[in-house]
Parts: sequence; structure tokens; C-alpha cells
Amino acid sequence: MSWIPATDADRQEMLEVIGVDSIDDLFTSIPPSLRMKGWNMPPGMSEMNVRRHLSELAARNQAGAVSFLGGGYYDHYIPAAVDALSSRSEFYTAYTPYQPECSQGTLQSIYEYQSVMCRLTGLDYANASLYDGGTAVFEAAMMAMRITRRRRIVVHKSVNPRYREMLATHSAHVDAEIVNGKDPKDAACVIVQNPGFLGTVRDFGYLSERCRAAGALLVVVFYPISLGLLKTPGEMGADISVAEGQSLGLPLGFGGPYLGVMTVRKEHVRKMPGRIAGMTYDREGRRGFVLTLQAREQHIRREKAMSNICSNQALCALRALIYLSLLGPSGLREVAAACHAKAEHLKQQLAFAETLNNGPTFNEFAVRLKKDARQVVRILLQRGIHAGLPLADVGAGEANDLLIAVTEKRTRAELDALAQALEEVSCS
Amino acid sequence: MQLIFDKSRPGRRAITWDNLDVTEKTGLPAECLRMVPPALPELGELDVVRHFTRLSQRNVGIDDTFYPLGSCTMKYNPKIAEVAAAQPGFAGLHPHLSSSESYWETCQGALELVYELERLLAEIAGMEASSLQPIAGAHGELTGALLMAAYHRDRGHAHKDTIIVPDSAHGTNPASAVVAGFKVVEVPSDANGQINLDKFRAAMTDNVAGIMLTCPNTHGLFEEQVQEIAKAAHAVDALLYYDGANLNAIIGQCRPGDLGFDVMHYNLHKTFATPHGMGGPGCGPVGVAKRLVPYLPGPRVVKRDAGFALVIPEKSIGRVAAFFGNFLIAVRAYAYLRYYGDEGLKDISRVAVLNANYIHARLKEAFKPAFDGRFMHECLFSAVPQAEHGVHAMDIAKALLDYGFHAPTVYFPLTVKECLMIEPTETESKETLDQFCDAMLDIAERAIHDPEALQTAPTSTPVGRLDEVRAARELNCACL
Ligand SMILES: Cc1ncc(COP(=O)(O)O)c(C=O)c1O
Repeated sequence: MSWIPATDADRQEMLEVIGVDSIDDLFTSIPPSLRMKGWNMPPGMSEMNVRRHLSELAARNQAGAVSFLGGGYYDHYIPAAVDALSSRSEFYTAYTPYQPECSQGTLQSIYEYQSVMCRLTGLDYANASLYDGGTAVFEAAMMAMRITRRRRIVVHKSVNPRYREMLATHSAHVDAEIVNGKDPKDAACVIVQNPGFLGTVRDFGYLSERCRAAGALLVVVFYPISLGLLKTPGEMGADISVAEGQSLGLPLGFGGPYLGVMTVRKEHVRKMPGRIAGMTYDREGRRGFVLTLQAREQHIRREKAMSNICSNQALCALRALIYLSLLGPSGLREVAAACHAKAEHLKQQLAFAETLNNGPTFNEFAVRLKKDARQVVRILLQRGIHAGLPLADVGAGEANDLLIAVTEKRTRAELDALAQALEEVSCS
Repeated sequence: MQLIFDKSRPGRRAITWDNLDVTEKTGLPAECLRMVPPALPELGELDVVRHFTRLSQRNVGIDDTFYPLGSCTMKYNPKIAEVAAAQPGFAGLHPHLSSSESYWETCQGALELVYELERLLAEIAGMEASSLQPIAGAHGELTGALLMAAYHRDRGHAHKDTIIVPDSAHGTNPASAVVAGFKVVEVPSDANGQINLDKFRAAMTDNVAGIMLTCPNTHGLFEEQVQEIAKAAHAVDALLYYDGANLNAIIGQCRPGDLGFDVMHYNLHKTFATPHGMGGPGCGPVGVAKRLVPYLPGPRVVKRDAGFALVIPEKSIGRVAAFFGNFLIAVRAYAYLRYYGDEGLKDISRVAVLNANYIHARLKEAFKPAFDGRFMHECLFSAVPQAEHGVHAMDIAKALLDYGFHAPTVYFPLTVKECLMIEPTETESKETLDQFCDAMLDIAERAIHDPEALQTAPTSTPVGRLDEVRAARELNCACL
């Protein structure tokens, strides 16, 4: 086997040094009755056949369609340098920086990532990453419960139903009460999302004052690209902001790996889950970075830790940092503006359908068609268009409702083609 | 090295976009807009490329350095797996294509891969089924604990509120149990590194919902009393959880399901060679025995005549991930698994155990083995004798960096004083193991004759030992 270099001669020599006759003799601590009797495992393949098999599987997916799918996950352009740099093996074949002296690349990149996330969201501290947007919402809720010593979690209707479902799954057996709405009374936190799941843009600033008065925290879920234009969680008075970071240079990848982003107000840093890199110095006064505030973490505090998270999404965080470094402030503003302008153009072309948003939208909006959205989607599939997400399928609308997202990748011709096809199919 | 922010120059840029092909809109109300643009660095593409290339050179990874980090299974990450995952047919696939039946025909290849990998993982561990949803090992533990809770709740076992964890367990085990809503009772190990069976039996009340074991445990030893433990657990309808971090030691030799485990997680970033990515993304699928299948996270991929489809198990705990977990990591693991197949997978554990025992044999005179038993895929030493000369496990770790190796895991598990935990994996050659052992033997000599030099190591790295106390006290975690 090419990834196991030990030759028969090596094995023999090593067994002699160990002082046993065979490799089997090394497994004698497994009671013989427990040894495997057999399994149903296919034989191995050459690398060439593995490649062939996996490209056949990949070819049976329709990834190249003109896509208007969003719902929290967006088809943004990824600059070539993001892939080139994040595929350097010094990054991707390293692990958690337990030995900081030989992991400064990792640690400095985490520090820089934390810095750009704070700058993006207008809050004071960020962690090194959580698993994804949905688990970040759960972690934020648990953090708010720790800080306020309250058990009620209030979830606003704007929050992605997937995140809400994950929050319910994860907290099913802890002493927490999840309620819908935005009333901060007796609540640990109120969780809101901007833009909302249906794309509506709101200013939740008014809620932060109400939360403060009621002793609850405000958790704002944001869409990173939108912050090229939109008011930040910090400007809205959020205590904690969380996001699905996929839009920052991560491929859609059928669900992952993604990136859970979390930033918090200064006073909450010691209750924050996840790893944190901090700046320090060596004996010669050279600047370096280490993991810090580790007394929050499972490897020190075990059952008293702030979270159970260990491996996180560090390489995804690196990609987000590289992406934002390539775009800079103007690039991010421009990509946000392009998404918005194109979505507005499409909205105009869809005047024949009822818009479900009761306010301005950023790059995504919901429409009510005259036909079942699932049927419409099926027909447009035949024309190479992924028309959007039928909202009934995610429990966020009625049969005819469709959620449509637009990114900078969509051309005017594609927008017009979607509008025309939707009109033809749904109004005929 | 400068921070990326120090390299920023106003007006410099790396990326440009096409001119807008629609009319620019400023329809958003002013109160919804941010007041100042985010202070992101402004750089040219070469600036960015050079910055991150230089940062990468201040790291070591498996591709350049032997990385015997115990409990982490730092094996070689095959390149074909990277190629497989980068294919546009996987990387460009929108996850909501799985959310609506209308789109299922567009993702049949991906659904097949999920289905096949879940099936093969179950087979490898002697489980009935598995789910790829959990995002890392600890998330798999949390999912497993939620499964146990759902099972007991369903059976009206409201009093089962406790999970037993040995003191040798990884910190994530007790932490995950608590996050799920359980109390934790810790059971000590005995002098042989095995769970203390008497203490275990004493803790084994009717309130116990589950027991989390690692096998081989974090001492590198097979839990030889696993059958007795399983019997005692099942006698009170408690479930036995298998922490799959050490599956590399036994893959193809014995199977957790056959040992009596009911629920487990796999670490695809350990046993199945997916890259560790500086601390993730990993992938931590759960496997379950028959009686827990109805509770699995949903939806699950099923095979029908018309193709692959998704269904929610009847008593599903719900989603622990928005979709299929870290799918592109699962693609890599699937490529790896299909490459090895039946015979290859069995050789992984054989050589992983051979390599660890070889290191043990070469070092056991110079370093004190933590236990007398037969180590499996990793060997543990206690640097207590060296510490008498003032050379602690951490000093040995730092010295190894100067010899061109990554350090083993140190100070874990907490049950072994001055612990050095060495896991070579099967992908290292005898020459590499010998070079590492030579370095360790040299360090053992120097610990006696020249301890000061070891106490000030490393000297060859971009920075020397860093002041962690100062980092926590001054707390500078972001450049604002
Ligand atoms: C024994 C053991 N269990 C659990 C874990 C947690 O796995 P992860 O880091 O993937 O969450 C680890 C990680 O190092 C481990 O060594």
C-alpha cells in the first residue's frame, strides 16, 4: 500500500527489536473472542480507479446550473488566491497550535481573523471559529444563559429555520425554554437575524435598548457579505453576533465545511466558547501569538468548560481572512452593492408575482407565485436554472412561495431569463 | 513578522469586479446602512500571497515534519482525496438542493456518496447505521449524548441523568455530556491504566444513562474489561458510548459494535486521513446499534428504485447540522476508504500498532513507560525521572522542535504525571521512526548532563517560548 511505507523487511526488523514473532502478537490484549470475525468491505482500488469512481459520482450532480438558491448559503465568487493559499500544506496538514513556537503561521492567522471579524461586525472580541452558523446560534444562546443565569431564549421570526431547528435539537435536554417573538422580559437573550431568512433588512437597534432594560442580551445573526453595506451588529447594540461564514470564500460543498463566526462585547469575552489567540512576546522580546484564556475550554475545565468544542473550522477561518484581505473595504462594498443592485433588478422584472417582504431587501426576497413553487422549480430545472428554494419545503411558507437569492455571479441576461421563465411557467 | 494590517495602503486593491450590468441601486434606507466601511486591510494580490506564504513558512505540518501528536492520529493526508473533494460536482453543489424533493435529481451522486459512506462506516465499526451530520469529534459526542437522552426519555427513564466518564477520558467527553444536559461522574483508572472496575461498579447506579469509553483508552491500552463494563451497563439499560478517536488502533481487528458499544463517533480527520487544517474542519459521524437507529439525526439518505431520497427517522432527535455535516471532508474520507478497501484497512491498524511498539521498544530504557501493559497505536512515557533533573515533559517537547520534529502530546491524559504521548501512525517509515528515537535518546542524555539547554529550547523556531501569562493578562486578541 503506497501510504504505508513499511516493507516486509522493515516489519521483520521492527518485530525483532520489539521482541515478538508477529504483528498479531501485538494484539493479544484484545480478548480473542472479541476479534473481528469478518466484515463486508469492498476490495481496495488503485488511485486511478478511485479518481474515476469519484469523478463519476461528481458528474451525477448538477452543480453548474444558473443558481438562485440562497437560504443562508450563497454562490459567491471565490478569488483564485484563496484556494492557492489555503491549500498550502503547512496550513492544511497542521493541527491545533499546541506548540506555538512552530505554529506561528496558524496563530497569527487566527489573530488576524479575529481582528477582521471584529472590524467587520463592530464588536470587541472574536473566537477562532465555531462549527457553522447553526451551532454558533446554539453556542450564543448557551453563552447568554451562562451570563444572565436565565433560561428563556427568544427567537425572532427573522432567524433561519434551520438554525432554529438546530437550536432545538441541541438544547432538547438542557433546562432552557425556547419561545418565538422578540420580548426580552425574563429572557437570557433575544436572537434576531439581519437580513432575515426571507431577505428583509431591518434595523434592530431599538431592540438593544429594550434588551438592556430587561437584562437580556441581544444576539444578532448576520450575513457577512451584507456588512459591506448594512448596519453592523455592533452599531445595532448587539452583545453577541454570530454568522454562517460560508459566503467568505468557502465553496458551497453540499453543506460543509463551513464556518461559525462569533464576536462579542468586551465584557463577555470570558464566557465565550471556542479557542482564542492572543498576542504576547518571547524572552527576547519577539512578538508572537498563543492560545489564551484556555481556562474556558474543555481540555482544562472538562465538565465545567464553556463549551465542548475542540477541533473547529480553522482552515475555513483562514479562507475567510484571505478572502477579506483580497477584497478590502472597497471590494467588499462593491460585491455587496452588486448583489443588492442585481436583486433589485430581478425584483422589478418579477412584478407579476407578489413579494412577501414587508420592507427593503438586500440580495434575497420571497415571492408568491400563481402555481406550486415545487412544480415551477421542476420545470425550470429542465432549462438549467435552479430557480430558488420552495419555502414550504423548509417550513417557512406556503406551497406557492419561492425564496430567490442573487449574487454578483449572476448576469443581467440570467436574471432576465429567470424572470421570463418564471412568468411563462407560473402565469400560463 | 508584520501584521497584515501593517501592510495596508489606502487605495491599494487585489480584486476588481465587472462594471455593473444593471442600474446601481441605493434603495436601502439610511438607518439600515453601516456608517463607516469596515477597516479591512487594503493590499495588492501579491501582498496577500506573500503575507500568507510567509505565514505558512512559520508553521509545520505533516507534509514537512513528523508529527507524533498522541490522540490526534496525524497520518499522511493523501493528495487524491484533495483532488476528489475539489471537483466542481461536489464543491459547487448548493446544499439546499437536498431541501426540496424537486431538486433531488440534481444531487444523486452526492447522496449516493453519503449513503455509501454511512453504510461503510457502520460496517467498519459493527454498527447498524451511521450519520455524517456531526461536524467534529466533540460534536459527535454531543450528538451521541443527545441520542442517549432521547432513547431514555422515550422509555420513560427520566431518572437516568448521569454519564460515567473515566478520568483518562479526553476533556471533550465530560464537556459534551454536560452540554447535552447530563451530570458527569468520573471513575478513576487503576495502576495498570485500565478503568478501576470496582469503582466503576460502585458508580453504576440505576441513574446512569450511559458510559463514555475510549478503546484503546487514552493510555494507549485496550480496555480489557470492556465486556464486563458492557454487561454491567446493559443490566441497568445504560448505553455504552465509544469515543472513536483511537479507532486507528483496531480498525479491521475488532469492532466497537461487537465489543458491546451502542453508540459512537468516528473522527474522519484521524482514522480516515482527512487533513487537520490547523484545528479543523474535521468530521465526526455518529454510529449506532439497532435500537438507536430510529433516533438518528435526520434527514437520512435512503435508496429507492427511483434513486436516492431523504427521510426523517420516526423518532429523530432532529438536525445537528444544517445539511450533511462537513460533506467535502466526508468525500475525502470516502476516497481514502475505497482506496484501501478490505485488506488495506486491516493493514492500517497493524502497522500503526507496530510503529508505536517499535518506538516504545527503542525508548523504554531511557524514558519511563507510563504503564507495563502492551501499548497499541500510541505509547506513553512519564518524564518524572527527567523532571528530577529539572527537565519537564514540556522541555522535551520544545527540544524536539529543534531536532526538526513536532512534539508529542504532553500533559494529557491528566492521569499520567509529566506525560509524553507518542502516536506515530502507520504512514511513517522506519527511518523516520529511527531518527525520532535517536533524537529522544539524545535528549534523555542531555537531560542528565545539560538540562539548561533543554530548558531554553527551542532556539531554531521563529520565536522562542512565549509568555502565556502575559497573553492572558494583557489580553490583546484583536488589532482594532
Ligand atoms: C480521545 C479524544 N476524544 C475526543 C476528541 C475530540 O475530537 P475533535 O477534536 O474532533 O472534536 C479528541 C481530539 O483530539 C480526542 O483525542
